[in-house]
Amino acid sequence: MSFDNLDSLYRQVIMDHYKNPRNRGSLEDDALTIDMNNPTCGDRIQLHLSIEDNHVKDAKFEGEGCSISLSSASMMTQVIKGKEVEEALKISELFSDIMIGKEIDTDIDLGDIEALQGVCKFPARIKCATLAWKAMEKAVDQQEQD
Amino acid sequence: MDVKSIRSAFPILDQEVNGHPLVYLDSAATSQKPIEVIEAVNNYYHLNNSNVHRGVHTIGTRATDLYEGAREKVKQFIGAKNVEEIIFTRGTTTAINLVAQSYGKSHLSQGDEIVISKMEHHSNIIPWQQIAKVTGATLKYIPLETDGTIHLDNVRKTITPKTKIVAVTHVSNVLGTINPIKEITKIAHENDAVILVDGAQGVPHMKVDVVDLDCDFYAFSGHKMCAPTGIGVLYGKKQLLEQMEPVEFGGEMIDFVDLYDSTWKELPWKFEGGTPIIAGAVGLGAAIDFLTEVGLDNVTEHETMLVNYAMEQLTEIDKLTIYGPKHRAGLVTFNLADVHPHDTATVLDAEGIAVRAGHHCAQPLMKWLDVTATARASFYLYNTVDDVDNLVAGLNKAKEFFGDVF
Repeated sequence: MSFDNLDSLYRQVIMDHYKNPRNRGSLEDDALTIDMNNPTCGDRIQLHLSIEDNHVKDAKFEGEGCSISLSSASMMTQVIKGKEVEEALKISELFSDIMIGKEIDTDIDLGDIEALQGVCKFPARIKCATLAWKAMEKAVDQQEQD
Repeated sequence: MDVKSIRSAFPILDQEVNGHPLVYLDSAATSQKPIEVIEAVNNYYHLNNSNVHRGVHTIGTRATDLYEGAREKVKQFIGAKNVEEIIFTRGTTTAINLVAQSYGKSHLSQGDEIVISKMEHHSNIIPWQQIAKVTGATLKYIPLETDGTIHLDNVRKTITPKTKIVAVTHVSNVLGTINPIKEITKIAHENDAVILVDGAQGVPHMKVDVVDLDCDFYAFSGHKMCAPTGIGVLYGKKQLLEQMEPVEFGGEMIDFVDLYDSTWKELPWKFEGGTPIIAGAVGLGAAIDFLTEVGLDNVTEHETMLVNYAMEQLTEIDKLTIYGPKHRAGLVTFNLADVHPHDTATVLDAEGIAVRAGHHCAQPLMKWLDVTATARASFYLYNTVDDVDNLVAGLNKAKEFFGDVF
């Protein structure tokens, strides 16, 4: 039986993040907390970000969702930790490009997130993959306003 | 019922999706449209398009006759006594909102109760939440049995003399439960409450007689019964509709307009402000003709056969959880082991099988089931035993694919 097409979506590294999510949990009370849900399907993510000296000091997430949304959250927290806020936002932008199937050319270390590039062939699932990233952007936005 | 010839009336079914013949198992979300309906809408725009109830010209008269003719068909289809009791709306949601905003607003006050059930679709929850907030009425829920049915003892306990409105679904879009509407109506009436029935999953699949049910309002959508999107129906008992105020004001619905005051047309037009959904109504009329020709009892029988077969086959799959009662309408909601329903649905889609995955616009019910989401396969008159077999094969593939994860 061939699962070629599905294999491009569900790469092993994705399933690994789904099964063993990195940075799952919460942070101290003074961290930023953002709730983001996908009202059409019920996926929900709570992202906790601790930003200090313009750097993402720590990032954790909680929530419920499918393999794509949760693995994306796991990969994201991993890749933005320790990065400058500007760079984290830049990675989010690159991730959006990956989701619309754009070729990207960058020196930034994208960690595991490139494994999600197969999602662009499954338009119905793009919203799953971008949920955590939208939460991160919103968190940064909120912090800048404070 | 000859399913093969029925299928040939639905052009959309004759296609490949992701390299496989389309298996459409999402009719509870929206049904497919037979060529008769597509052509009726097409002909309307080709030959008869005009605004209704105005002008003296010939095609205007034709359009009016078609529009009002569709109303007559709806009346007959659901067994209403009077054609004035049939109000065209955009769909079930608009119909329920109309009753909440009109009847609800003028009949509810502090201390009154609105009673709904735990299995309602959002469209039969939120209009009541909103009207409860505005009027100070209390919203109460009829609890469910563990198998997802409603016990009449609980209906009797929840509905009290303070209850002014009861609103329940005829058939649950998640559990497939068929509710005892006639009995619930009786209990509502014994307490001097009116009852609204959400018939979105009822009318398309079974013979409904509103006079026999004795319900006060019955709401349903065209698009779930082979008609186009954007057309629906509110049935209401004439004596209730007559005392109700319109909720949309403008053209079409007026009698006299003065500078500072206006009067309304008689039923049903006072509730149909603005140019109505003429082509949609024409399509709904054609859908009713189509379903009548097939016979609603045949549709029910066919779906019952399919759902019983599906339940039998799906039960064979290890670690598959089915939600809802044994005796059910033509749909099965399930989860496959710990695979998220999105992932299940994506694997099925790769096989050309269309199912719904998510919360099915029933978040309180998902909470009651203690799940965040589920997958749902729903059947209609064009589905076959092969469709069920394909679903089962697809689910086994999904299990194999995610096998190393779970």
